[in-house]
Amino acid sequence: MIAETGHYALVLALGLALIQSFVPLIGARLRDAALMNVARSAALAQLLFVASSFVALVALHVTSDFSVANVYENSHSMKPLIYKITGVWGNHEGSMLLWVAILALFGGLLASVGNNLPLSLRAYVLSVQAWVASAFYLFILATSNPFLRIASPPIEGRDLNPVLQDIGLAVHPPMLYLGYVGFSISFSFAIAALIEGRIDAAWARWVRPWTLVAWIFLTLGIAMGSYWAYYELGWGGWWFWDPVENASLMPWLAGTALLHSALVMEKRNALKVWTILLSILTFSLSLLGTFLVRSGVLSSVHAFASDPTRGVFILMILCVFIGGSLVLYAARASSLKQGGLFAPISREGALVLNNLFLTTACATVFVGTLYPLGLEVLTGEKISVGAPFFNLTFGPLFVPLMIAVPFGPMLAWKRGDLVGAAQRLLAAGGAALVALALAWAWARGGSALAPLAIALAVFVIVGALSDLAERSALFRVPFATAVRRARGLPRSVWGTAFAHAGIGVALIGIVCETTWNSEYIGKIKPQDVAKVAGYELKLEGLTERQGPNYRELTALFDVSLDGQPLRPMTPSKRSFSTRGSSTTEAALLTRGASQLYISLGDMADDGAITVRIYHKPLVLLIWWGPVLMAFGGVLSLSDRRLRVGAPKPARALRGLQAAE
Amino acid sequence: MKRILAVMFALALTGLPAAYAVQPDEVMADPAKEARARVLSRELRCMVCQNQSIDDSDAPLARDLRVLVRERIAAGDSDTQVIDFLVARYGEFVLLRPRFEGQTLLLWLLTPLAFAGGAVALWLQVRRRSRNGGEAPASLTPEEEAKLAALMSADSKPERQGQP
Repeated sequence: MIAETGHYALVLALGLALIQSFVPLIGARLRDAALMNVARSAALAQLLFVASSFVALVALHVTSDFSVANVYENSHSMKPLIYKITGVWGNHEGSMLLWVAILALFGGLLASVGNNLPLSLRAYVLSVQAWVASAFYLFILATSNPFLRIASPPIEGRDLNPVLQDIGLAVHPPMLYLGYVGFSISFSFAIAALIEGRIDAAWARWVRPWTLVAWIFLTLGIAMGSYWAYYELGWGGWWFWDPVENASLMPWLAGTALLHSALVMEKRNALKVWTILLSILTFSLSLLGTFLVRSGVLSSVHAFASDPTRGVFILMILCVFIGGSLVLYAARASSLKQGGLFAPISREGALVLNNLFLTTACATVFVGTLYPLGLEVLTGEKISVGAPFFNLTFGPLFVPLMIAVPFGPMLAWKRGDLVGAAQRLLAAGGAALVALALAWAWARGGSALAPLAIALAVFVIVGALSDLAERSALFRVPFATAVRRARGLPRSVWGTAFAHAGIGVALIGIVCETTWNSEYIGKIKPQDVAKVAGYELKLEGLTERQGPNYRELTALFDVSLDGQPLRPMTPSKRSFSTRGSSTTEAALLTRGASQLYISLGDMADDGAITVRIYHKPLVLLIWWGPVLMAFGGVLSLSDRRLRVGAPKPARALRGLQAAE
Repeated sequence: MKRILAVMFALALTGLPAAYAVQPDEVMADPAKEARARVLSRELRCMVCQNQSIDDSDAPLARDLRVLVRERIAAGDSDTQVIDFLVARYGEFVLLRPRFEGQTLLLWLLTPLAFAGGAVALWLQVRRRSRNGGEAPASLTPEEEAKLAALMSADSKPERQGQP
C-alpha cells in the first residue's frame, strides 16, 4: 500500500510538473496574471507530492518491506536504523528520487520566497524548472521505478554495500545533490532571460544568492566525499581524479566562475552574455555528471551498450536540455545589450582572468574525463587518463590563478592601479618569502617545489587578510577605529577574504600531505612496536566481536610520542556475511591538523597482521580549506544587499530619478 | 556517489578480503629502488579496477604488476624500459598518463589551446572596445553635470560599498 501510494504520488507530481511547464508560459505570453500564478501553486504542490513519494520510500526501507525490489536489493533487517534510512539513496533508483525531490525543493523555495520577482520572470523560471523536473520524473517512472514489487517476497534482503554503511552516505550525496540541482535555478533564470530577451543587474542580484547556495553545498559535498574516501577506503588517498569525482568537480569549477562573473554583472552590468552562458554550462555539467554516474557508461562502454535503456534516456535528456539551451542562446544572446565598459586592469578585468583560468581548468577536466570514452567509441582503442595526467595539466593552471587571487579584491572597479595593489600586497609577499625560507630550511633541501607551493599558499592567505586590513585601515588609524571599521565592512568583503584564504589553507594541506607523508607497511605480531615519524605504536592485542550485521576484528595500539603516552588507537576490519565482503575501519589520531592513520590488512596463520600506518602532516587543512570557503559563502549570502531583497528592475530606477 | 562506486566495482570483480595495496613482502631491499618502483606504480593502471593505480589497488592483478615492475627494476631496467616493457605487454591502456602521440593529440593540446584561444578572444575584445569606445566613458554634458551636482548635494547620498 505504501509503495503504491509513493508511486502514485510520483505520477501526480509528473502531472503537476507538466501543468507547470506550459500554463505559466502561456500566461506570460498572454500577460494573464492568473495563469502565471499557476506556477507558484503547482511548484508547491509538486514539492508536496514528491516529498510524500520520498517519505514513502524511506518508510519502506525503515520497515524492511522486502516485497519491494529496491528494499530487497539494498537493505537487511538487521541493518542499523540510520543505514536503513541512508540506504534509500545508496542505490540508483533511490538516488534519482532524491535528485527530483531536491529539484522540487528548490522549485518550492523559489515559489515561496520569490514574491519580489516580476511576475512574468517568476512564471518563466518556474516553467523551465518544471521542464527539467518532468524529464526526470519520466526517467524515473519509465526506467528506474523504486516502488516495483516482487511477486514472491523473500524473507531477507541482500544488504547494502558495506562500504556505503557509513555516516558519509548520510551527508555526502544529499549535499552533492543540493549543489548539483541548485544550479538548476541559475539555469532556469538564464533560459527565462533569453526567452524574455531582457536582462539587467537586478537579474544578477536574484541569481547570485541561489548560485551561492548551490556552490556552498557543492563545495561541502565534494570536501565531505573526499574525507569519506580518505578514512573509509583504507589507503589514505583523498582525491583520485576518478571520472565520478571529476563529474562533481566540473560543475564546481564552472559554478565558481559563474559566481565571479555574476558579481561583475550585478555591480557593473557587464559580462551579461557570458554570465548567461556560464549559467547554462554549469547546470549542463551537473546533468552530464548525472549521466556519467547513472548510465553506467564509465565502468565500460560495452556495459552501457548492452543495457542502454537508462543511459540512452539520460543521454536524450542531456541532448535536449544542453542542445536546446545552447541553440536558444545562439539565437537570442546577441539581442542582449552589453554594458559597463572597463579597462583591462580593473576588478572586472581580474574577474575575467579568473573566469579564463577556471573555465580552462574545467575544459581540462572535461577532456580528460571524456577522451577515453570518445576514443574507444570512435577507434576501439583503449587508453587511460588518470591522476598523473591531471596533475600535469591542472596544476600549471592553478599556479597563475592563485598568484592573481589576492590582486583581484585590491583593484578598483572600472580602472584599477596594479602598482598600488602590488604595494598593498607587500606584506603578503614578505610573508610568502619568510614561509619559503622556513619551509626550505625545515625540509633541508629536498624538492624545491613544495616550499614554493607553501609560499604561494601563504601569499594567498595573507593577501586575503591584507584586503581586510586595508579596508579597515588597520595600522593607519587607532586600533579601536579600525575594529569598528572592520565590523562595518560589508559581509561580502569578509566572505571574499574567507573564501580566498580557504584556497590557500587547502593548498598547504595538499602540499604537506603529498610531500611529507611518512608510512610504515609491515607485518607485526602482538607486543611488536612500529615507528613512524617519531611516534611509537605498540600492538597490544587483537579482539573479535559480533556487530549487528558483521563480524569485526579490532586491533589495539598503544601510541606514544617521545615516551609520552597518547590516546590508544583501534583500527578494525569488518566482514559482512550477506555480501561476503569486508571493509577497513581506519583508526585516526588527530594532533592539531596532522593525523596518524592505521588500517589493517590480512592476518597470517602465525598470528601476525599486516598493518599500514601513515603520518600525514597537516592533512586536515585539505578539508578545513573548503569549509572556510563555504563559510565565506555563507557570510557573503548574509550580506545586507542580499538580505534587504533584490531591487526592482530598471523601472524602479527611473522612479528614483523622478524623485530628485 | 563518487569513489564509492568504483570500490563497489572493484569489490564485485575481486570479491576478495581487502588488504590494501603494497604488501610487506613486495617491498624491495634497496630503498632507492623501492622509491622508483613506487613512483612508477602510481603511473600504471590496475587494468581490472576502475581508474586505480597499481600502487592503490588491492586486486591480485595489481599485485602481479607491482611484483613485475620490481623484477624489472631489480634486473637493471631504466624507468623508460620498464614502462616500454609493460606497454608492449598490456597496451597503452596500462598508462595512467597517456603518451603524447597522434591519437592523444587533442587530449594534451586542448588545455593550452583553450587557454590561448580564450586569451586571444579577450585581447581582441579589449582592442575592439578601446577602438570603438575611445577613452572609456565620454565626459558629462552640462545638463548632466548640473543633475549630478543636485544629486550629490541631496540628503540620500548613494551608498558606496567595498571601495578600498
